[in-house]
Amino acid sequence: MLDVLISLLPVVLMSLYVFRGYAAKQIGICLISCLAAEALFVKIRNKPMSLMDFSALVTAVILAMSLPGTAPWYVGVIASFVAIGIGKIVFGGLGMNIFNPAMVGRAFVMIAFAGTMAASGYERAGSLVDIITQATPMDAFKQSSVVASLPSLLWGLTNGSLGEVSAFSCILGGLYLCIRRTASWEIPAGVVLAVLVIGGIDNLVSPETGWTVFHHLFGGALLFGAFFIATDPVTSPVTVKGKWIFGIGVGALVMVLRLFSGYPEGLMFAVLIMNAVTPLINQRTIPVPFGGV
Amino acid sequence: MGLALKKASGRNTFERGVHPPERKHFASEAVIETMPTPEKVVLPLIQHIGAPCEAVVKPKQEVAFGEEVAKGKGFISASIYSPIAGVVQKNAVTTLPNGRHLPAIVIQAAGAQKEGEAMLQEILGGDWSKEKVDTQRPQEILDAVLNAGIVGLGGAAFPTHVKLAPNEKNVVDTVLINGCECEPYLTCDYRLMVEHPEPVISGALLAARATGAQKIFIGVEDNKPLAVQSLREAVRGTDISIAVVKTKYPQGSEKQLIKAILNREVPVGSLPLNVGVVVMNVGTAAAVARAVFRKMPLTHRVICVTGAGIRTPKNVLAPIGTSYGELISFCGGLTDDAARLISGGPMMGFSFTNPGTPVTKGTSGLTVLTESDLKRESETSCIRCGRCADVCPMNLVPTKCALAAKYNDVSLARRYHIMACFECGSCAYICPANIPLVQLIRMGKAMVTSNK
Repeated sequence: MLDVLISLLPVVLMSLYVFRGYAAKQIGICLISCLAAEALFVKIRNKPMSLMDFSALVTAVILAMSLPGTAPWYVGVIASFVAIGIGKIVFGGLGMNIFNPAMVGRAFVMIAFAGTMAASGYERAGSLVDIITQATPMDAFKQSSVVASLPSLLWGLTNGSLGEVSAFSCILGGLYLCIRRTASWEIPAGVVLAVLVIGGIDNLVSPETGWTVFHHLFGGALLFGAFFIATDPVTSPVTVKGKWIFGIGVGALVMVLRLFSGYPEGLMFAVLIMNAVTPLINQRTIPVPFGGV
Repeated sequence: MGLALKKASGRNTFERGVHPPERKHFASEAVIETMPTPEKVVLPLIQHIGAPCEAVVKPKQEVAFGEEVAKGKGFISASIYSPIAGVVQKNAVTTLPNGRHLPAIVIQAAGAQKEGEAMLQEILGGDWSKEKVDTQRPQEILDAVLNAGIVGLGGAAFPTHVKLAPNEKNVVDTVLINGCECEPYLTCDYRLMVEHPEPVISGALLAARATGAQKIFIGVEDNKPLAVQSLREAVRGTDISIAVVKTKYPQGSEKQLIKAILNREVPVGSLPLNVGVVVMNVGTAAAVARAVFRKMPLTHRVICVTGAGIRTPKNVLAPIGTSYGELISFCGGLTDDAARLISGGPMMGFSFTNPGTPVTKGTSGLTVLTESDLKRESETSCIRCGRCADVCPMNLVPTKCALAAKYNDVSLARRYHIMACFECGSCAYICPANIPLVQLIRMGKAMVTSNK
């Protein structure tokens, strides 16, 4: 868990650099609410205090990084309580949950506060932080076919959810996670592979949009999700084969949602759907034992 | 040697596994010493896999060194022979480190005993000339092994005569002598290979002659160069090849060794015999040579007494039935910070508390760990990181097997092939949540067996 927090550092620092006070506020709200929620629910269940396993901290940071900096304070608070309470504790605590807690919290507020959490909610005209006055690159493309420049997507000089904007910092932290073997490299590899293939096909079919396969890769929450959200071991398959299926599934669903749905981005839903399928994947990928038939 | 390697089609290692700290330095330089005859020995009536033995001596009866005291009942069983001269005492019950309560024969030492160097010469020294092998008929070898109560000395204690018996269904083409000793701490096989390779070689030749196998390999891990050198010198003039395999735990498991050297896979639930291989530990091979050449039964074995909790770690030639307590005092006693006694090594051994427990034919060592060796970290929740599955040499998903055991789910346990587990402990070693996976899986296996 500590490794996950370390790996999130580049992303957090980048969000603080890009979004300034907005990021600091959102991170603070999520940290306090997630820890409070964990303490409260564990107390209610009369279980040993689990704050020291850092899982609530990880959920808090990932949740904060997946929210827009502009979201009002109560969005962060509610998302945190839903993430910890409904995402994790009702299933029996750490290790028992089916869905990624942070994504449960985010899905809840995304639907409950459709206005503030929609793409337009990311913009705040007249903000002192320049980037926030712009539309997110995914939405700008969906609505008005404006194509963001690749370097801006790579370094993170665009609007978006706090953690997703800089592909570079996601890769940096993600590689650390994979090298430390805290995350299984098969999952991000599967996601990227699926996006490359489907994005590549889309490129060949409609090259005129200018939104290349690399825009798909570096834009939106794809890399953040591939490295930090989809790799949650609790909610992803346990075998190597299962991890590949899971990763490819997430990548494919993201592309389906991006290309054919009304949402500009689909990573959250892709992860939640694949979380739901994980027990099935596990059941179908039981490895053949050594000397087995 | 180059030719020998061409004969073997394995890749000198197996898939997955772990690299625990070796900690062999405690006893790796200690020359095998004979311990003085103990006042009494305790011989449990099951020291092997298979049917229990039945006592053939009565209390107060006098027995000589090497006399049969309990007869194996059935084909898969192994008789027990007195390791000392003495008088049989009242029957007793003893508890072995693995938790089994067993009836036992107690023999009080009486009369003259062979001691020290004389005993070492009797068991491991003297003439083991390879030329004598060819004069033995296969049936003679088999009878000698059967009448010596020999079992696998690597730990599993499977009766050796069963492996060597004529087998119509499976033709044995290869004898594999196992000198890997992958278990951390233990060095008894290592010292045997370094100091007394001759009986090992003769035993290997005898096993091949009994089974009709044409090829013989001795597998040794590459962290034991001295053993490899000693064996290479001893095999000169024979067809035996020394296969140096990569050091990785559990390379000494027979299925993993067969894969590494011969590139054959033993089907789940069957024996090496099914792929035409007989696997035998180096100590067992030496016992076979002794049984055939000298008509002497298995009465002694080399036991490694090691760990930071022992004052002078040693490799001890001890009579079977000696108590662990006597081994400890022979090795200078426990240190002040000694905290745990383990029968065997830390990966597959059993921790126990009563120093009066006797050593059996399958006891390869006594490891004493100190307070600082035992990291007592508390168990946390499984987050399904899958590291246990990454290291399982049998390609199982240990966490799922353990989960099935925990919730008494027989069908889930079966679906995850729980019975293929041989309890090597790699999963529990790697688990970041400190879950006692092997204990849980062992319970699960018992559950599945009783539900058949």
